[in-house]
Amino acid sequence: MNFMASKQPENCLLGPESDSQRTLYPYVTGTSVVALKYKDGILMAADLGGSYGSTLRYKNVERMKPIGKHSLLGASGEISDFQEILRYLDDLILYDNMWDDGNSLGPKEVHNYLTRVMYNRRNKFNPLWNSLVLGGVKKGEKYLGTVSMIGVNFEDNHVATGFGNHLARPILRQDWHENLSFEDGVKLLEKCMRVLLYRDRSAINKLQIAKITEEGVTISQPYSLKTYWEFSAFANPAQGAVGTW
Amino acid sequence: MFRNQYDTDVTTWSPAGRLFQVEYAMEAVKQGSAAIGLRSKTHIVLGCVNKANSELSSHQKKIFKVDDHIGVAIAGLTADGRVLSRYMRNECINYSFTYESPLPVGRLVVQLADKAQVCTQRSWKRPYGVGLLVAGLDESGAHLYYNCPSGNYFEYQAFAIGSRSQAAKTYLERRFKNFSDSSRDNLVKDALMAIRETLQGETLKSSICTVAVVGVGEPFHILDQETVQQMIDAFEIVGEQEGPAAEPDAAAAAAAGQEAAAADQGGSTEEGVAPMDI
Repeated sequence: MNFMASKQPENCLLGPESDSQRTLYPYVTGTSVVALKYKDGILMAADLGGSYGSTLRYKNVERMKPIGKHSLLGASGEISDFQEILRYLDDLILYDNMWDDGNSLGPKEVHNYLTRVMYNRRNKFNPLWNSLVLGGVKKGEKYLGTVSMIGVNFEDNHVATGFGNHLARPILRQDWHENLSFEDGVKLLEKCMRVLLYRDRSAINKLQIAKITEEGVTISQPYSLKTYWEFSAFANPAQGAVGTW
Repeated sequence: MFRNQYDTDVTTWSPAGRLFQVEYAMEAVKQGSAAIGLRSKTHIVLGCVNKANSELSSHQKKIFKVDDHIGVAIAGLTADGRVLSRYMRNECINYSFTYESPLPVGRLVVQLADKAQVCTQRSWKRPYGVGLLVAGLDESGAHLYYNCPSGNYFEYQAFAIGSRSQAAKTYLERRFKNFSDSSRDNLVKDALMAIRETLQGETLKSSICTVAVVGVGEPFHILDQETVQQMIDAFEIVGEQEGPAAEPDAAAAAAAGQEAAAADQGGSTEEGVAPMDI
């Protein structure tokens, strides 16, 4: 007899419990992705961290990948689900290439395909636990969009996932403008990533910046941001409030 | 084609390597009323002859809008054509929903051809008895395809199918080199001329033909009767004055300056007559 038998309420829509294949919670996760449109295309930044709960376990996880000729995908959330999405997209691009007819799936098409996938999984109560950023350029048209694990999707001039929405977007709203140069775009992204590094517990100081233009995708080598920890207010934090930690 | 012992099943080859049932299906296309298509770099025009069975009935629909950027004209068994149009519309809508982008016409045509091929290799099916002229736009420009019951498809600059299509084809063969850079209106006029060729003497009226256009910045739509009649009137009159092989620019110019031309001609004939001095 199973004394510990858990019972779902009668009106539960979650299906049989033996159905243990559904995603219930994420295990190895990536943190924010930040992206913006600039003069020649899209710039995207993400760190190389894979957290296992509160442990910063993996320090070499590439969370941005090129898709086909025209797109770049960045993901936060469950890393294994991101890898699954990459397999879906691999098939998609393969079949697209097999037509060999001069037509190719652009960033808009890939973004909408991903929206359909994410939304349909959500409807089956078996989500892919990711927030995705899809950017690209096709025939001179720049495209930047995002899809969440529940299928919420939209396009904008700058997007971010997770903590990036709270910490990076306000910076971008203030400092972003049309036709940023490459250098300015990178500086702006680094500004956002630095704030995330200071304030997001799951961020690590090892990031990549990816660029996609009409010519193609370039993902930088991993590098670190300079940080400053000598602010006087933080030198002796208990000074103003004895007993605090 | 004569009846023989290898033509009962679509799955029976003849010793000469022919599938007679498929060839008979292509005959059905030749018996249907004419449909023509022609394209430039930016536009495609489809036209067909629409004759009602009797004065009491309406005519059959032979041109179908498949999506904003794709349309099809059919010849042969219109019922088969209707069913295939529904399939095409479904494919376009599903693609649009998933990718929020129009289905490239080249891919739709291949899917259609594969669907037709299946019917040539199943003993419990028969080939579709309809030829389709598929007009559509995709990334690489304007395209016109012809899909046969055999499962083959070909791309064309201009083509005609159905009964008496050879007359239209001859007309198109003479003119096709100009089509690439033709303006949209001239393309429509050429389509009407080609339709007229298939009528063999019968007067071309907007009530017996249908014309549809699709182009860059112009979603697929069937031209209404009035517009078609106006265009017919424009070039038919010119046809009488300047000869049947009217040049495209002359036709456009003449339509605008028709009344002026008539006035000029009247004036010039009077000027041509000189008062006798004697």
